[in-house]
Amino acid sequence: MSNQRKRLTGEREDEDDEDAEGIGEWERAYVDDRSWEELQEDESGLLRPIDNSAIYHAQYRRRLRMLSAAAAGTRIQKGLIRYLYIVIDFSRAAAEMDFRPSRIAVMAKHVEAFIREFFDQNPLSQIGLVSIKNGVAHTLTDLGGSPETHIKALMGKLEALGDSSLQNALELVNEHLSQVPSYGHREVLILYSALCTCDPGDIMETIQKCKKSKLRCSVIGLSAEMFICKHLCQETGGLYSVAVDEVHLKDLLLEHAPPPPAIAEFAIANLIKMGFPQRAAEGSMAICSCHKEVKIGAGYMCPRCKARVCDLPTECTICGLTLVSSPHLARSYHHLFPIAPFDEVPAFSSLNDSRRTLGKSCFGCQQSLIGTGNKPGPCVTCRKCKHYFCLDCDIYIHESLHNCPGCESIHRPKSVSLMEE
Amino acid sequence: MPSVASKQYSDDVSLLVLLLDTNPLFWSNTSITFSQFLSHVLAFLNAVLGLNQLNQVVVIATGYSSCDYIYDSSLTSNHGNFESRGTGMPPLFASLLKKLEDFVTKDEELSREEGHEDRTPSCLLSGSLSMALCYIQRVFRSGHIHPQPRILCLQGSPDGPEQYVAVMNSIFSAQRLMVPIDSCYIGVQNSAFLQQASYITGGVHHTPKQLDGLFQYLTTIFATDLHSRGFVQLPKPIGVDFRASCFCHKKTIDMGYICSVCLSIFCEHHKKCSTCGSVFGQSKLDEASSVSDKKRKAPHT
Repeated sequence: MSNQRKRLTGEREDEDDEDAEGIGEWERAYVDDRSWEELQEDESGLLRPIDNSAIYHAQYRRRLRMLSAAAAGTRIQKGLIRYLYIVIDFSRAAAEMDFRPSRIAVMAKHVEAFIREFFDQNPLSQIGLVSIKNGVAHTLTDLGGSPETHIKALMGKLEALGDSSLQNALELVNEHLSQVPSYGHREVLILYSALCTCDPGDIMETIQKCKKSKLRCSVIGLSAEMFICKHLCQETGGLYSVAVDEVHLKDLLLEHAPPPPAIAEFAIANLIKMGFPQRAAEGSMAICSCHKEVKIGAGYMCPRCKARVCDLPTECTICGLTLVSSPHLARSYHHLFPIAPFDEVPAFSSLNDSRRTLGKSCFGCQQSLIGTGNKPGPCVTCRKCKHYFCLDCDIYIHESLHNCPGCESIHRPKSVSLMEE
Repeated sequence: MPSVASKQYSDDVSLLVLLLDTNPLFWSNTSITFSQFLSHVLAFLNAVLGLNQLNQVVVIATGYSSCDYIYDSSLTSNHGNFESRGTGMPPLFASLLKKLEDFVTKDEELSREEGHEDRTPSCLLSGSLSMALCYIQRVFRSGHIHPQPRILCLQGSPDGPEQYVAVMNSIFSAQRLMVPIDSCYIGVQNSAFLQQASYITGGVHHTPKQLDGLFQYLTTIFATDLHSRGFVQLPKPIGVDFRASCFCHKKTIDMGYICSVCLSIFCEHHKKCSTCGSVFGQSKLDEASSVSDKKRKAPHT
């Protein structure tokens, strides 16, 4: 800003322009942006900027290949009804400033995004929050299905004090989750910043107790890899990862949002009784059971006890019936009917007949698939419908849309049932 | 996943993706002929393009056995050397009509390969919705400056229940991208898919009563861009029915049983899930104890 002003008044600007903070513009570019990380060497040793889109797509393909190798053609069952506790370490290690502005602020921001994404992908699941402060574990919120309650409780007290204790947190979570119905999957996600744990007893015993109660523990470390966290995750079948910067932390957190593959004996299959309430009539007055206030019009009526609730999904406070609407169930259907990954078509492959007719433009977005010099660019193709798609549509289709446009544009006769896809 | 960029070059520039129903099974018995319907639609598209110089229109045809792009107003190849049809139709739409004709012929050929007994009357809504969303995603990728996209479904065919999961996936993806799906239903029965789509994504759903005045319905309700919708009174949704139907009898139920593994809905208690084959563990004993536990817990104020 000061540069612009000087230019307007016609003054000459010096090369090392120092502003009020004492470091120059050029220095800030190195300290904040770490511009050397944007460069890469090519085959002959010359520097060039990183081609982000190709790398992004290559990472995505690798991830997809790992997932499909794990599934190996059989329909993997996923734990759709999850009871997850998020344990956040508020010990003095969380006040470190290596994540800007501080570890606490970054953790709080990303956990808020994670909570919203979690309820978006798992509408029938519940979250609870636990914090570790001064060596003691406190319950911030109980298991519940409303994102606002959790976010408000989290943002309320953001201060870092004292030691961290992994055992106390695990004992508290184990106690809470023992009351959960048997068809639900019990999980814990620990955000650990400290490098040690101060426990009152034998943590190995606690780990064995967690393993026996089928609690799946995952840890995301913010400082360095610790043996005890790795051991915990290995014993209980969870994931252990350590974040290197803010963006990586967000990616690691969001990896836990989609349902993990269900280990069959961890949860007993059960028929859960649920209600599908209808919308209350416009203009009807009732006292809602969640806020205890008089409400007019919009709202839902529990089909069993006729109590009024404001929002879905929820549990009726009067009779305990889980109330959902069909879109909530439909949100989880794409986990049960995933689409097969597309096959890569190598760039500069020979123009065979089908490629010539169908491969000129992406079937989904009509973007041209002809690369530079009139040769075919990189693209992917669906095994079933044989249509060609560009790389960006590939990522969008598999990560967000979960429908192949080509397969959906083919008429299937009535005899093929929904479940045989 | 990139979220909607909040900077457009102007508040009221819109990209309208029109999903046109060309299902011959529907058009063979309606009060309005397909060519009369097309004249309403073309006049409406002209009106939308006339509202703002930067508006864009894309038309995708929803057929019986296939879906395809018919028209994109941003392509310069539209103004080729197509002679006007002599019926007073502007040359702007000559390419649209030609492509539509080719599409309908091809669609009919594809559907002829199928037997007559298996004919479901529905069109491929899920296919054209998916294509529309891929196109809109491409527009979002093109940078911060782009028109505000929305989807308009002009449909008369009834819903095909086999498309339920695919249509719901498209609706949720549109909701995340903040793209409203408007729907204008000109058929006989009510379309639950279109009602749900418009309700969940924040679009407008309307069933015009008199098809002779279709152009008027289209321009007064569906031509408004997203920014101006805050100032205009549009038809509000009246109680969308979100109840589910059970997998065994297909009737809508108020209360049902959900399999915890595959989320299939049943109206009565079963020993085994018919979809995923899981055998249900301790049933009534567990349920009774968990309900009584909840009752004992005092409600948190």
